[in-house]
Amino acid sequence: MSPSASLKRTPLFDLHRELGAKIVPFAGYEMPVQYPAGIIAEHQHTRSAAGLFDVSHMGQIRLAADDFDDAAKALERLVPGDIRGLESGRMRYTQFTNPSGGILDDLMAARMGEQLLLVVNAARKEADAAHLRAHLAGLARVEERPERALIAVQGPSAAAVIARLDPRAEAMAFMSIADLSLGGVPCIASRSGYTGEDGFEISMPAEDAIAIARLLLAQPEVKPIGLGARDSLRLEAGLCLYGHDIDESTTPVEAGLTWSIGKRRRTEGGFLGAASILEQIAQGAPRKRVGILPEGRAPARENTDVADAKGGLIGRITSGGFGPTLGGPICMGYVDRAHAAEGTELALLVRGTPRPARVAPLPFVPHRYKRN
Amino acid sequence: MSTVRFTDEHEWIRVDGDIATVGITDYAQNQLGDVVYVELPKPGQKVEKGKQAAVVESVKAASEVYAPVTGEVIEANQALADEPATVNADPMGRGWFMKLKLANKGELEGLMDEAAYKTFVEGLH
Repeated sequence: MSPSASLKRTPLFDLHRELGAKIVPFAGYEMPVQYPAGIIAEHQHTRSAAGLFDVSHMGQIRLAADDFDDAAKALERLVPGDIRGLESGRMRYTQFTNPSGGILDDLMAARMGEQLLLVVNAARKEADAAHLRAHLAGLARVEERPERALIAVQGPSAAAVIARLDPRAEAMAFMSIADLSLGGVPCIASRSGYTGEDGFEISMPAEDAIAIARLLLAQPEVKPIGLGARDSLRLEAGLCLYGHDIDESTTPVEAGLTWSIGKRRRTEGGFLGAASILEQIAQGAPRKRVGILPEGRAPARENTDVADAKGGLIGRITSGGFGPTLGGPICMGYVDRAHAAEGTELALLVRGTPRPARVAPLPFVPHRYKRN
Repeated sequence: MSTVRFTDEHEWIRVDGDIATVGITDYAQNQLGDVVYVELPKPGQKVEKGKQAAVVESVKAASEVYAPVTGEVIEANQALADEPATVNADPMGRGWFMKLKLANKGELEGLMDEAAYKTFVEGLH
């Protein structure tokens, strides 16, 4: 039996093959890591024009109750975000937390009318659905939507591309969500993404995904982008990757995600792990996720030990690689809070050799979201 | 006359007398993708057949490069420090990694010639 026999495919798999993608296993799926252009060219294209990303492996879930507020109330038991405060057509970033405040997954929660729609990570989607069902029995129905594909279009030209197909896209602001019609197919699009660029994430029926992807790729600004560049883009944008920068051993406060915890939630609590998370907000977390800029050209990878100027271990890299926009190595990781201030000098133990680095502000590349 | 030999770890070695030039193959650079950093041994350093001699890093990952034969490093390709992408552009030419003084020419016997390596790579698909 080949190792790929148990791997799933997204509705766009045949198109990836046709486009010459190099396919790798990722989160239980056969996914394109890069196309013939290569990761650096794909990265640069997304920063300068528009990239198309297949993110259909991610989990789309509808949480259904009598009305939106009932569904939002239910979800708020499991996330620290202010979900009840969402207006129709808006979305928020939040996390599923465990009883000790660790992160089970991070997700987007969106309101369309009375509907509450979630997008969760591929590797966590079964666990998330089970978690929702276990905690929300009798409060909300958990409807997984494997029949839907998800395509992201990201980059400074994304808005022009999507608005050419449906002019209603133009007026959408960052973190808004709306019905769009692309090539005659009803889609749900949010103005959001995972690159730091302006862009859209578009949910559509799986059977229409190839036709819509072809329509998007037929626009002169758009090229297909693989998971390799998706990772370098999000790292430059300072965005967390679940299972690496955040997991059950890290809290939203340590991860620098306190901004995503609603004001009302900080007073009321009422979510899993609230006691430890609210205490960390009040007292400060013992360690913090920071950006780290190595000196020189040697990348420092995930799990590289971080030392202080005297050589004492004070942290660990959780994401590290090469930032094509900066043309050099970049990392994120956790350091003890005494060493978390911008500019603090550190050493990265790369293959046993200490290499100088310093704490740097995130994001490494400024976000270019379309805010109102 | 120089002879080129290949390892099953996708290094090449070009031998001229008792001096050998070592690099990674076109197949290897293609598998790695964009090379962004190369860590090379220093002249004078001894390398041992089959043991790590260098590290090549792509955007995604770091990979070890093994010494195809035992020997002493006499030169490392300093041009790769500023232009690591040369490994992608010209892996068997300007993208060489190091020059070695061979300790035992007999070690070359176990390596593949070009035709055998080509068959080996075709078998990987």
